[in-house]
Amino acid sequence: MSESLLLLMLPLASMLIVAVYNGDKGLLSKGAVAASLISLLASVYVLLTFNSTVGFQSVSSYNWIPSLGINLSFGLDGLSILLVMLTNFLTPLIILATVNREIKNQRAFYALIFLMQFALIGVFTTLDAFVFYVFWELALIPIYFICLMWGGKYSGAITLKFFIYTLTGSLFMLTGIIYLYLQTPGSHTFALQSFYTLDLTAQEQSYLFWAFFLAFAIKIPIWPLHTWQPDTYTDAPTAGTMLLSGIMLKMGIYGIMRWMLPVMPLGIMQWQNLVLVLCIIGVLYASCLALVQNDFKRLVAYASMAHVGLIAAGVFTTNIYGLQGATIQMLAHGINAVGLFYIVDIIQSKTGTRQINELGGIAHNNRLFSILFVIVLLGTVALPLTNGFVGEFLLLNGIFNYNIWFAAFAGLTIILGAVYMLRSYKSIMLGDIASPSSKFETLQYNEKIVLSVVAIAIIAMGICPQYFINLAQPALENIFQLSHLHN
Amino acid sequence: MDSLIVLLIPLLPLIGFIISGTLNKQANHTLINGLTCGSVFVSFLLSVILFYQLQSGSAPISYKLLNWIYVGALKLDLSFTVDALSSIMLLIITGIGFLIHVYSTGYMHDEPDYARFFSYLNLFVFFMLLLVMGNNFVVMFVGWEGVGLCSYLLIGFWFKNNAYNDAAKKAFVMNRIGDLGFLIGMFLILNKFGSLNYQTVFDLASHAATNDPTITVICICLFIGALGKSAQIPLYTWLPDAMAGPTPVSALIHAATMVTAGIYMIVRTNVLYTLSPDAGFLVAVMGVATALFAATIGLKQNDIKKVLAYSTVSQLGYMFAALGVGAYETGMFHVITHAFFKALLFLCAGSVIHAMSGEQDIRSMGGLRKKLPITHITFFIGTLAISGFPPFSGFFSKDEILAKVHEYNGGFMLFTILAITSVITAFYMFRLYWLTFWGNFRGNSHQASHLHESPKSITIPLILLAVFAASAGLIGLPHLFHAPHLLNNFLAPVIINAPTLEASASFEIALIVVSLIVLALVTYITYQIYVAKARIPVADADEKGISKWVANKYYIDELYNALITQPLQAVSTFANNYIEKYVIDGTVNSFRWLTNTGSLLIRQIQTGSIGLYIFGIVIGIICMFVFKFYLA
Repeated sequence: MSESLLLLMLPLASMLIVAVYNGDKGLLSKGAVAASLISLLASVYVLLTFNSTVGFQSVSSYNWIPSLGINLSFGLDGLSILLVMLTNFLTPLIILATVNREIKNQRAFYALIFLMQFALIGVFTTLDAFVFYVFWELALIPIYFICLMWGGKYSGAITLKFFIYTLTGSLFMLTGIIYLYLQTPGSHTFALQSFYTLDLTAQEQSYLFWAFFLAFAIKIPIWPLHTWQPDTYTDAPTAGTMLLSGIMLKMGIYGIMRWMLPVMPLGIMQWQNLVLVLCIIGVLYASCLALVQNDFKRLVAYASMAHVGLIAAGVFTTNIYGLQGATIQMLAHGINAVGLFYIVDIIQSKTGTRQINELGGIAHNNRLFSILFVIVLLGTVALPLTNGFVGEFLLLNGIFNYNIWFAAFAGLTIILGAVYMLRSYKSIMLGDIASPSSKFETLQYNEKIVLSVVAIAIIAMGICPQYFINLAQPALENIFQLSHLHN
Repeated sequence: MDSLIVLLIPLLPLIGFIISGTLNKQANHTLINGLTCGSVFVSFLLSVILFYQLQSGSAPISYKLLNWIYVGALKLDLSFTVDALSSIMLLIITGIGFLIHVYSTGYMHDEPDYARFFSYLNLFVFFMLLLVMGNNFVVMFVGWEGVGLCSYLLIGFWFKNNAYNDAAKKAFVMNRIGDLGFLIGMFLILNKFGSLNYQTVFDLASHAATNDPTITVICICLFIGALGKSAQIPLYTWLPDAMAGPTPVSALIHAATMVTAGIYMIVRTNVLYTLSPDAGFLVAVMGVATALFAATIGLKQNDIKKVLAYSTVSQLGYMFAALGVGAYETGMFHVITHAFFKALLFLCAGSVIHAMSGEQDIRSMGGLRKKLPITHITFFIGTLAISGFPPFSGFFSKDEILAKVHEYNGGFMLFTILAITSVITAFYMFRLYWLTFWGNFRGNSHQASHLHESPKSITIPLILLAVFAASAGLIGLPHLFHAPHLLNNFLAPVIINAPTLEASASFEIALIVVSLIVLALVTYITYQIYVAKARIPVADADEKGISKWVANKYYIDELYNALITQPLQAVSTFANNYIEKYVIDGTVNSFRWLTNTGSLLIRQIQTGSIGLYIFGIVIGIICMFVFKFYLA
């Protein structure tokens, strides 16, 4: 079995084991953590033996529906291994974050998280468009149920909207994929490599652009296709929000880099100006909305939207700074978003509220929590020597190389980000101790572990980002070569 | 060995920060003092070693830590270089930093959160060292934002008080506005020169053409960064509010070191500014305007720290004026002397506040010279230095600025304003001095019974700083003494292609004579007003007319609030309540409505009546025929 297949199958095995397990509940959550750690260890092993310079490696391919040219083929390059790493790094944290929370029907909960992990790795490793589409849609199913069954009181309506909205986008992509399939020579194939060699007219590429872009833009989300996001993030259980913001939205960014840039570069060039404008409007719009939120979780949701808007803008600059920045920032944002949403969850579970104006003064008796909160905050506002800085510096430089004015406007995010993050930190943590805050007890062991790991990752990635840059570089160069874009 | 020293200088305070940061509130004070003061002191000694190496003609000394970010043309290392300019900054940061650490052991003695305070101070020293030691723009930016963070943490050190928290947030956000300018400046540099390393950029720039528009834009962008960090118009309003922090912080961060980062940056990039006379002129004008504007506000402030804060803003304006006319060494000269006398004045103010049981209003002080003799004398020396009495340090640096601005082509107007400003400076400083230390005590009986001179940990740093505040001017004697200008000679390798502005001996003599006469007059007048006639400033509410405007700082905070904060809030609220809900989400939801209504309509056709269906089929067939034979 090749490495890529191993990484894919481990979460599936975890899911099956958790689903059939019928014993002690305390053991179940520990087992789930252990299972997710096995996946992490496996991916670390793969990473250590990884040679990023040779393009796709550990490729394995099996016939699925030969008559239609559909193969279960998987492989890894620098870009996909980084996103697999992100998935496998965050999943144990997400599971560990939930172990001391009251969760009804734990088995189903963990099984769905593993199913989600399986689908995400499938999206990040497959080399077949049809399989990509299957995993893309498969990822929607566990998250739908997680949000529906463990979400807040409006979860029914909100998840339905989320489901239909993103499904609609995906259908456009499906038509695009089928169109591309029909263009492949001979008996047709869905293989990624054959899509890369298609000779498409500018007009075709322009239509294909919109077919794929709608699916990816809704998932990311890019303004103004975002309205499912704040509601879903706010209403979903924390694990669901972490999965969505930490990993799932990266499917959209990854999709653009893997399936759009090399296949329809002329379409990208035709529309990139418009998309960049939308992305930057989204950055500023979401930042402004974050300024006036009182629900801390919703604030973080808008902050997240602002950050991914900048990532998407970076990708659409189609220069090396933008693409490297997007890659680094995908990892950074994943880690920081998980940290922030967990902080929201800790505050809510300990004080019973997450309304900013009802809180205050938590820092007085909780030094460790305030230190960890500050580190996550600094990563979010992109202070140098944190992961957020590396990403935003490269992204803004990429946008600058595209258009200086775009960079000036997008750069406002570093000011607005500081305003809304410091404002919420001040109201929640500083000042007089508000009555709900007095109920805040010391962090539990799992809370300490998760936040500390996040904090360490934020600083480590801020000081040594070059490791990740080196991993991604050949994969990104390959994308440039395929798309005949100048880097 | 030398390069190891370069690494150790910032590393030691970082270690001090990490260890003291992990200590809890019960930790032993001696341990914390040893760690934090000790680490800065060792860094100081190492800085002295490097200084002597450079003094004796050594080339700049570098240390490369790691390859940080290599993407495309961008090749960023985390690496440090100590040259003449960095070396001077190192001495100021670690030297004055050490004295202020020692001072803080006395000043913060009863603080329950002692370890946290000292860990923040060490972290600040670490980032400030990075700022001046980096060998590329991004390492400078790391320090730049890092000191902003420490400033935020220390202004809001007493975080129970929400006014302090607001001041801290304001400082961070206003600095961030400047930082955006800095960032864009860096992107422009990378784009133009293909690198962000000082050496590469400056080598290429020294062959570039004068008045290149890109270089002018680069200089302006960098200057926007400097405006935020060094509190100049229009981004100065955070600095007076920053006085909410503990007084040693005001002395170290908001007077001696961090706020001079903007000056350091421009001196560092002097090649670029020399290429752009337009940008230089802008710097000079902004500096002069800030110097005058802040000084006038200083006239009407009654909080001892606020007077000093506006004075700092004003003095920084002097430094920018010097840089703008191309007198980079002179700007650095004033950085050095200002670091001594302003740190001294702030620490004296801290000693006074300490003695006054926390009172900061000079209207409640008076006559303190008897109870606080050492504080009084040292404060007096500081006052003489900042006012520019010869032979105290401020005299040399300020007169050099005035002389250079005077020689600058078209600089007469700027010179006049700066000269007037220095009269105002002397006025508000002597006003502060007389009201605090002379006349009758105006505080309450509780304060009177507690008046005492501060402990040695406080007075010894005061005395040392006073010695330097008095004598530091010797490193830059004017031409007329025919002695070498030590500072200019030392800085010469760093300053490339700068214009020479040399005032004549007769002008220098005239300047000295006139300033002596004017200063004597100001001293006499202020004595008459505030001591002999004991005219104590009126309560804030009783201010009238122009006085009221000035006392309320020209309502600039209110103006910013009305022009920026409120509109942003209003737009955001509107977007949140209407655009998001009705326009964007409304459009999405209209698809649901469309589906529902559409299906309702189509359902009407599904009647089950066979006749209607057949009718439909017939119509359909007719349409097909018509289409086939007539239209196709």
